[in-house]
Amino acid sequence: MKNASTRTIVATGLGAALFLVLFMFVKIPSPVPETNLQIAYGVSGFFAALFGPVCGFLIAFIGHALNDFIAYGSPWWSWIVASGVCALITGISKGAVASKVEEGIFGFDEIKMFVIFTLIGQAAAWIVVAPILDIVIYGEPASLVFAQGVTAFIVDFITAAVVGCLLLKAYASTKTGKGTLSKE
Amino acid sequence: MKLKLFSYNQLDTPIHRLSGFTKLVCFLFLTSAVMFTYDIRCILAITVMSYICMNVAKIRFSQVRLMFIYVLIFLATNFVLTFLFSPKYGVEIYGTEHDIFTIFGNYTLTQEQLFYQITKFSKYLSVIPLGMIFFLTTNPSEFASSLNGVGINYKACTSLSLTLRYFPDVSADYNAIKLAQQARGLDMSKKASVMSRLKNISAILAPLIFTTMDRIELISNAMDLRGFGKQKTRTWYARKPLTKADWLSMGVCLIILLAVMYVRFFVNRSFYYNPFI
Repeated sequence: MKNASTRTIVATGLGAALFLVLFMFVKIPSPVPETNLQIAYGVSGFFAALFGPVCGFLIAFIGHALNDFIAYGSPWWSWIVASGVCALITGISKGAVASKVEEGIFGFDEIKMFVIFTLIGQAAAWIVVAPILDIVIYGEPASLVFAQGVTAFIVDFITAAVVGCLLLKAYASTKTGKGTLSKE
Repeated sequence: MKLKLFSYNQLDTPIHRLSGFTKLVCFLFLTSAVMFTYDIRCILAITVMSYICMNVAKIRFSQVRLMFIYVLIFLATNFVLTFLFSPKYGVEIYGTEHDIFTIFGNYTLTQEQLFYQITKFSKYLSVIPLGMIFFLTTNPSEFASSLNGVGINYKACTSLSLTLRYFPDVSADYNAIKLAQQARGLDMSKKASVMSRLKNISAILAPLIFTTMDRIELISNAMDLRGFGKQKTRTWYARKPLTKADWLSMGVCLIILLAVMYVRFFVNRSFYYNPFI
């Protein structure tokens, strides 16, 4: 964050606000209790792919922490850190995705990179980080937290990958690439 | 917007007078104290103290009723799920088994399980008032400056203050776009199926993202023009100097944290407090 450009800092701030709005107001209940389809993870993935891992981490971390403060009065650190880690790992795909998208290209290669890192990020967050922190900090039984983690992983991975790809595609199509002007 | 957010109100109580930095530090000390222990005595002591503080800060129950309802629903679900998934977890932790009665099959209610679940319940419940006190008595503009005071990079803190500043704007945008799409006939209520709701929500998302991206350009240009980020540090308009009361309350919270650690490492010698031996 030390050498981040002003644009990245502002993107982080507004991205977190957007994440918070979606996290709070758009909840589509899934069949499993205590889990919702969270569109917000698609948004944090979108910003992470465009602005990098640190930006993604802060968006998900700030957004999720503020949501917990507002809804429950106190943050649930294990899941907040997991949200952040998930966007952090998705952000590694920035190198392959961001510059292409700014040129208006979001083809198969970019989709592949984005989906792979989303998969790794979501798996690391919900199957490793969240359950382990739950056990260490809150002393939850392992079978419960891993069952919750796996369902959260499946639901969130699908939402994040689909929504993230749709948004990147839409954003790329508003950009004009190099050498697209042609002489008549 | 039905939900009243950041319902910070300016009052003159001892807790409001403390600087945001102090409240953040105290909040972190006390929540980590609760995190490090599974001893119901320590947890209850902190709970009682934080409810007294809530009284001192003149937080009315009507302000926080909604939060409490959410938390209680959440905790009740967690309570039931914990029992369903591992009915013998308490026995595993405490090493003894005192049956109360059998519900069916393997599901025997034991004193250990009940004790474990009640401890967990109060552990979650005890941090709620702490968060509420911190959130409802700290001026939002002071929040970011206090994080910077704890040593977090000022650029990250600026992001946070931008989030707090633009949250109402983004949610107003969200509402306007949602109403516009509903006027065009997209159904987002519970009547529509999950798939069509997902599709209709994406119709809100695209315009929302594009307005936000435009706004990002605008704000970052304005900040660049004012020379943001040229120096290693920055000053904050909303920062209070620390007084004696600030140092005193940080000291008290540190002592509580140390006392809890002492109980954990030298009295109980484990994460859990075991009354069954």
